[in-house]
Amino acid sequence: MAGEVAVVGFAQAPNVRRTHGTTNGVEMLVPVFAELLAATGLSKRDIGFWCSGSSDYLAGRAFSFIAAVDAIGAWPPIAESHVEMDAAWALYEAWVKIRTGEVDTALVYGFGKSSAGDLRRVLALQLDPYLVAPLWPDSVGVAGLQARLGLAAGLWTQRQMAEVAARGQRDVDELLARPYVADPLRAHDCAPITDGAAAVVLASAERAGELCARPAWITGIEHRVETPNLGARDLTTSPSTVAAAEAAGAEGIELAELHAPFSHQEILLRQALGLGERVRVNPSGGALAGNPMFAAGLARIGEAASRIHSGAAGRVLAHATSGPLLQQNLVCVMEGR
Amino acid sequence: MVTSISEPLSAPLDVGFDYTRSLGPVLGRFATELREHRVLGVRGSDGRVHVPPVEYDPVTAQPLTEFVQVGTEGTVTTWSWIPEPLAGQPLQRPFAWALIKLDGADTALLHAVDAGSPQAMAIGMRVRVRWTAEPVGGIRDIECFEPLDAPERAVAATPEPVTMITSPVHLRYLHSASPEESRYLRGLAEGRLLGQRCPACGKVYVPPRPACPTDGVPTEDEVELPDRGVVTTFCVVNVPFLGQRIKPPYVAAYVLLDGADIAFLHLVLGCAAEEVRMGMRVRAVWRPRESWGTTLENIDHFAPTGEPDAPYESFAQHL
Repeated sequence: MAGEVAVVGFAQAPNVRRTHGTTNGVEMLVPVFAELLAATGLSKRDIGFWCSGSSDYLAGRAFSFIAAVDAIGAWPPIAESHVEMDAAWALYEAWVKIRTGEVDTALVYGFGKSSAGDLRRVLALQLDPYLVAPLWPDSVGVAGLQARLGLAAGLWTQRQMAEVAARGQRDVDELLARPYVADPLRAHDCAPITDGAAAVVLASAERAGELCARPAWITGIEHRVETPNLGARDLTTSPSTVAAAEAAGAEGIELAELHAPFSHQEILLRQALGLGERVRVNPSGGALAGNPMFAAGLARIGEAASRIHSGAAGRVLAHATSGPLLQQNLVCVMEGR
Repeated sequence: MVTSISEPLSAPLDVGFDYTRSLGPVLGRFATELREHRVLGVRGSDGRVHVPPVEYDPVTAQPLTEFVQVGTEGTVTTWSWIPEPLAGQPLQRPFAWALIKLDGADTALLHAVDAGSPQAMAIGMRVRVRWTAEPVGGIRDIECFEPLDAPERAVAATPEPVTMITSPVHLRYLHSASPEESRYLRGLAEGRLLGQRCPACGKVYVPPRPACPTDGVPTEDEVELPDRGVVTTFCVVNVPFLGQRIKPPYVAAYVLLDGADIAFLHLVLGCAAEEVRMGMRVRAVWRPRESWGTTLENIDHFAPTGEPDAPYESFAQHL
């Protein structure tokens, strides 16, 4: 249908604890682009718009994302943009760009080498810079505040949190016997520190069919944000996710990829979105299996879309988050036809 | 020659900056009162008292101006335990992060609680502010919170309004050079200049880059380059600046090594600044071998060779 946009390709780098590449991550992108272009049959010159998500705070240097443009081979000059947040928001920008009719294809990528610095401290700098960041609240300790609120309210238990992390593959009792990293969170409740990259190709209705046998049509994509003041939010649910899902038309979902860097957040999002028992959640393993900063949200969209590409699902929901404790949330609903 | 695999070079990269932030009327008032051992909130459009105060109502976005003094005691609404504090955190012994609703407030403040052990923490526990001995105006004038049964300490306060805060930010990274850059840097330590050729377009990059910026493919073929080349363009530095190591005027120039396709920035010394020109032939002047490391600083500067200038056409496409 005219004006519609579909995800027609997805590739990602291996999610690993540490890469030996440069701090800006360009090496991780080169094979990802090659895989994605080969799968869609596109060349670099066929891509109408490039858009990325990353953060200089991971690399410890200014304009580090410029170096990543080397991985594209940006000659002749390309149309390019960047967001200093998860690349799911770069995908949103690319979606808008295609909807304007200016371009008919876009390649969206996110990347980050979290291992270069101390991620728990780096993420403190996304907090309010006047009254909160000067205390250096670390990301795990802050997540523990949210987890305990839900535990106290009876919304989830530590066993349920461990079951999310175990995904039927690990012994829950054994996980629960392990020490706390930041009581009430144990290591399995926290996403691993991951170096990685992900990339997605979007195409217009006119092009999608020729690039992909079964495109994942975006029927709704919305994002909403909440106050940065953590103590003024209801942290046991996610009003911004609920609002985004409602606006995106999240009904009839068979499968959901939720961007939950902590085990309790997967339960929280599942509850907030009202995903029933029949909805399969995070078949990829989710962010708990690999959390490349600034790429993990985009990867949720790519993972969910790939279930449509393969024919495994008909209508899917992908969620991405940015900021502390699910402050900003994006919901992308896709379907196969 | 094909690049052999070896461990890339890496080095600690410690970045730091003291951010100074002007506070504005709402946060400035909050910081000033904190220094006087008082905690202020602001009343929102719905009547709720926000602590810490917010400039605009989070729901209606109305500017908020009605300040309300709240208590210095409050109730823990949630907490997490930090067994191993990180650099910069309020306490350097195990402590709890907590959201604390001060008496009279409707929103909670994030801060540390010095409770000794997680067994001493509970939702609903009562805590009070422990003031720092040397207040400067800012959230860290609250050293932390402590359980009500802890012994109180007397601390003196000082006047004058607070308009700015200084937030030191220090982060530590392990900065890694790419395998190609590592070859180049190790080459320099041996007095060699190693570039790489793009397999697609044939261009030679020095320093080599992980991917050809034109073709986006890894550069693979190693090329050893001579330490001679041509000045493509230059500028005469006349302005003194902090940390300057050479007395102005002097020349910073792009030097294109013979056989390379990309120029790099270096110094041209050994002649008067006004004698430097585009196309001038130059050669590297190396520092004493015993001081060499994995750095381009091994080349102290470039100096004129006295050869005839290169014709403009020979370097025009490298400008």
